Amino acid sequence: MRLADTLRFARDAASGTPLRTGLLVLSMAIGVGAVIILTALGDGARRYVVGEFSSIGTNLVIVLPGRSETRGFNPANLITSTPRDITLEDAQALLRVPGVVRHAPIVIGTAEVNAMGRLRQSMLVGTNRDFLSIRNLKLAQGRFISADVLGRGPAEIVLGAIVRQELFGNENPLGKTVRVGGRRLRVVGVLAEGGQGMGMTTGELLILPAATVQAMLNTNTLFRILIEARSREQLQEVKAGVLKKMIQRHEGEEDVTVITQDAVLETFDKILRVLTLGVAGIAAVSLAVAGILVMNVMLVSVTQRTAEIGLLKALGATARTLRNAFLFEAGMLSLLGGVAGILLGHLGAAILRSFYPTFPAYPPHWAVLAGLGTALGSGLIFGVMPAKRAARLDAVIALGKR
Amino acid sequence: MSLIELSGIQRTFQLGDSIVHALRDIDLTIEAGEYVAMMGPSGSGKSTMLNLLGLLDRPNAGTYRLEGRDVTTLSLEEQAHIRSERIGFVFQSFHLVPRLTAAANIDLPLMLAGIAPSERHRRVQQALQEYGLTERAHHRPDQLSGGQRQRVAIARATVMHPAVILADEPTGNLDRATGEEVIHLLEALNTQQGVTLIIVTHDQSLGARARRQLVMEDGAIARDSAGITP
Repeated sequence: MRLADTLRFARDAASGTPLRTGLLVLSMAIGVGAVIILTALGDGARRYVVGEFSSIGTNLVIVLPGRSETRGFNPANLITSTPRDITLEDAQALLRVPGVVRHAPIVIGTAEVNAMGRLRQSMLVGTNRDFLSIRNLKLAQGRFISADVLGRGPAEIVLGAIVRQELFGNENPLGKTVRVGGRRLRVVGVLAEGGQGMGMTTGELLILPAATVQAMLNTNTLFRILIEARSREQLQEVKAGVLKKMIQRHEGEEDVTVITQDAVLETFDKILRVLTLGVAGIAAVSLAVAGILVMNVMLVSVTQRTAEIGLLKALGATARTLRNAFLFEAGMLSLLGGVAGILLGHLGAAILRSFYPTFPAYPPHWAVLAGLGTALGSGLIFGVMPAKRAARLDAVIALGKR
Repeated sequence: MSLIELSGIQRTFQLGDSIVHALRDIDLTIEAGEYVAMMGPSGSGKSTMLNLLGLLDRPNAGTYRLEGRDVTTLSLEEQAHIRSERIGFVFQSFHLVPRLTAAANIDLPLMLAGIAPSERHRRVQQALQEYGLTERAHHRPDQLSGGQRQRVAIARATVMHPAVILADEPTGNLDRATGEEVIHLLEALNTQQGVTLIIVTHDQSLGARARRQLVMEDGAIARDSAGITP
């Protein structure tokens, strides 16, 4: 039998029982759709996290106190003593390392902020004027603090969007005075909304000169230093140079950790990729179930069409022809279900995106192909047994049935 | 060379503990162009005989030569090819595929044989015309009368130009007038195109129309009007 005829015959056989075919295609579509939606979620989470980290800047080298980072991003790092403190002078010295463009030292603490008779506990970030561009933050109003590389400067403060709203409501805060930890500071700018990264929402931050914060907290320790390399290629060179410089300044002791943004990114990327694969695997179980359904439906089909199979044998159909016809039918149904599932999955992902516009829930291409492949594969594998059964039917007995 | 030569054919079935002899030591020769009626009570072995002649079943012993070629030892695939090219079946219950139109049902054997679409179309149109079914070409079996259904079945059996047509009670499900019409069609094939016609029937009057009658009893040929009674 010709290929086109086999296909047409299989199609006619499948469309002869619309309800059964429809349900089978639906179950296959749900399986493939589930794979696509779940991987879209997983991959969306990965892209979201990676995107957040890249927004900090990808040319970054970060210096943390202590040999290795085990405590995460926690202000408590300030209070617990580390082998040797990183100071503003260390930070300034790092500017001389080749490949370093600029840096932003960071001091972190919490303090009460007081303005217009309102009081609020808020997180302080002490830094210098380069922090804004290194962290890729945007201002909604005014300008950034003008503190120099050592974090020294006039008593100026930049408010996070949430703090600004809570303290000043709809009034313009620029030029107003706020009291932080007993000091008076002039508001020079407001951060734009929506920035996130390194475990904190920028909306809740207060940004001050680093030296001011250190004086407020009576410490000379830095939380970390963000260093921007000239280019991505120079990242490793800068990382090595920074570490060497720090060891040199700390009398030959390696008591700091230098990480690159890339390493952090890569770890998250890896974790979330594995997670996505995991969910995809769970979803694939539903595809296997759909495959078994294909087998069941095809077995019923063979039983119901026994007389027809007998007739085809009498008319000269070989076992191979019959096997192919049933296999094509199973494959065709699976393929149809797979394609419907892809549409269903993309629709689901689109609905997700319309509900959470910031979440990039796009199904990855590999998941779409794998979903389709698994559907077709399971359909064919589970179609083999019924097809063989059809081919092996005894023509005399098959013809006797009606 | 005879069309069909059976010698020492035996066919037994296992039914529980007992062995049923459906065919016992059959010797039979049928020449090309003959018109044979096979009669006998139910269980006399005539259906088994027909299945054997149509290569749907294999004998336990004996040889079957079709057009001089021993077909008992052929592979299933080769037997399928012979069924496709040399044998046409007509069944009591028509055995049309319900989801296919009359034209598509007639097309089935051509499609299974892998003949080119244009050639198939020509032959199907010709068959539809010969059997007066052109108007009904796109009707499904359930939209056809009994006589029309059997005409479709006969068209399907002859579209490959077989050497022999095996008809199992072809009028069994039809009223007298329609049955008559169908028999005339089959007989015309025999007389005009020289196709060998073998009809299995219960109907004495129908059997009497054939030029040769075989009466089967208990798995053996009890009477052969050709006079070669074993």
